[in-house]
Amino acid sequence: MTYSARAPRSPRNKKRLNIPLIWLASSIPIVILAVRAITNKLSANPIEFISQYTGWWTLVFLMLTLSVSPIRSIFNMPLIFPLRRTLGLVTFFYSLFHFLSWLVLDQYFHWTEILLDLTERPFIYFGFTAFAGLLILAITSINRIKMIVGPMRWRQLHKVVYVIAILGVIHFFILVKRDITEPLIFAALLFILLGYRLFLFIQKTRHKT
Amino acid sequence: MRKKLFSSNIYPSEITSRTLFDSRRRWLQGSVASLSALAMPEKIVHSREDSKFPAPIDANKSKFSSDEEQTSYADVTRYNNFYEFGTGKEDPFEQAYRLKTEGWRIQVIGDVMRPKTFDMDDILRLAPVEERIYRLRCVEAWSMVIPWVGFPLAKLLNAVQPTGNARFVEFISLYDIEQMPGQKSPVLRWPYTEGLRIDEAMNPLTLLTLGLYGEILPNQNGAPVRIVVPWKYGFKSAKSIVTIRLTEKQPASSWNLANPNEYGFYSNVNPNVSHPRWSQRRERRIGEFLKRDTLMFNGYSEWVADLYRDLDLNKYF
Repeated sequence: MTYSARAPRSPRNKKRLNIPLIWLASSIPIVILAVRAITNKLSANPIEFISQYTGWWTLVFLMLTLSVSPIRSIFNMPLIFPLRRTLGLVTFFYSLFHFLSWLVLDQYFHWTEILLDLTERPFIYFGFTAFAGLLILAITSINRIKMIVGPMRWRQLHKVVYVIAILGVIHFFILVKRDITEPLIFAALLFILLGYRLFLFIQKTRHKT
Repeated sequence: MRKKLFSSNIYPSEITSRTLFDSRRRWLQGSVASLSALAMPEKIVHSREDSKFPAPIDANKSKFSSDEEQTSYADVTRYNNFYEFGTGKEDPFEQAYRLKTEGWRIQVIGDVMRPKTFDMDDILRLAPVEERIYRLRCVEAWSMVIPWVGFPLAKLLNAVQPTGNARFVEFISLYDIEQMPGQKSPVLRWPYTEGLRIDEAMNPLTLLTLGLYGEILPNQNGAPVRIVVPWKYGFKSAKSIVTIRLTEKQPASSWNLANPNEYGFYSNVNPNVSHPRWSQRRERRIGEFLKRDTLMFNGYSEWVADLYRDLDLNKYF
């Protein structure tokens, strides 16, 4: 919004984010995965490898998505604003791959096992709920649907991403067997990203009163 | 020696066909001179020379052996849970060269008439080694079929004569941060300990294991001496053992201490008792796509079900 309102563009201000390039860069992990698959480098347990790999990248892109707004305001970079939507969608696509690796590769549509997994495995229902949330956010990101929802409700709805992020990190935390180093790193990142927002929120309400 | 093999980027299994493997085994058994080996590239001959089994392996097929397709040597030696070398599956493959197995000693102490410290030669003199092709079921719901080399643990225990007080057997693995960098992390209680009931330890299936695929154990698989308890989840089979202690009280085990609700003392393979993270109803055999049903006691009921006649396996999981 900020930059589209900036009417006559001098050549210097012509800089815009190259969104297709962002998409291309975001697909690099998938390309690497494909190359590893072709060259038979997915370890002795390829399904586990694919599942962990896509899950890890989902969390990375989720953290990147949540970093856009803080970076934009701290470093005064209005230019990067559209990244939020792009990276959000990239996150969704990685979570879709991750979800499918469970549904298709791991369980191979074995519906009774899938249902039991959903009810018996805490990490599965945390992960599944987070995925369902991302699905809703992705669908409501389609411009037409976004208009139907209306800007106010849309902004309210998309705050759900904070809950999704928390669920996603919990999902990782409880699925690892013993070594919680990586889940801890994600938890620390999320703490900073959400803490920053909480800090802004508290400041704002203080000013009001 | 293993280090050299690793850095050469050639692994025996990757270049060893079934026929070559069979011929290698004959060669190891001393029946065939190294004629067949002469035809092979120098490097491979070297690795064999280094890792060949020091004693003849009983060629008779064990009645306990499985006929199922064996997991490839590459997967057996590259995909391991051995937290002493790191928590990643390939960490042991990359780090285990640090382990020094020369001059290894294993002390057998506790409630025994004749406590003794064995070196590897003493161990090999206890009983003839045989091949046992066992299913290995990991608690993480994957499985392998591995041709181990060893002899029943009972042979060792009988040699030290357990007293009437000996109701349990505790296995203690090596504790040495220099050789086992994974021990810098308090991820488990070090040294790694495991335990069995004495009747479990004396069961003919329980194997004191010294090799696999006809070779001495690769470091990442628990060299130079480990146990294999095929009807229990993999973590019960302690690796790189330095002490075996017979006790009256049930010993603590590292995984049980880490999370008693998830890893019981018994940890028998049981499709009916689920783990919070893994349904134990099914498993993925390494190398296969579709999961298969997990069998009670990993398919060894015939020989071990009697051990648990009076035990509530839901409570004592």
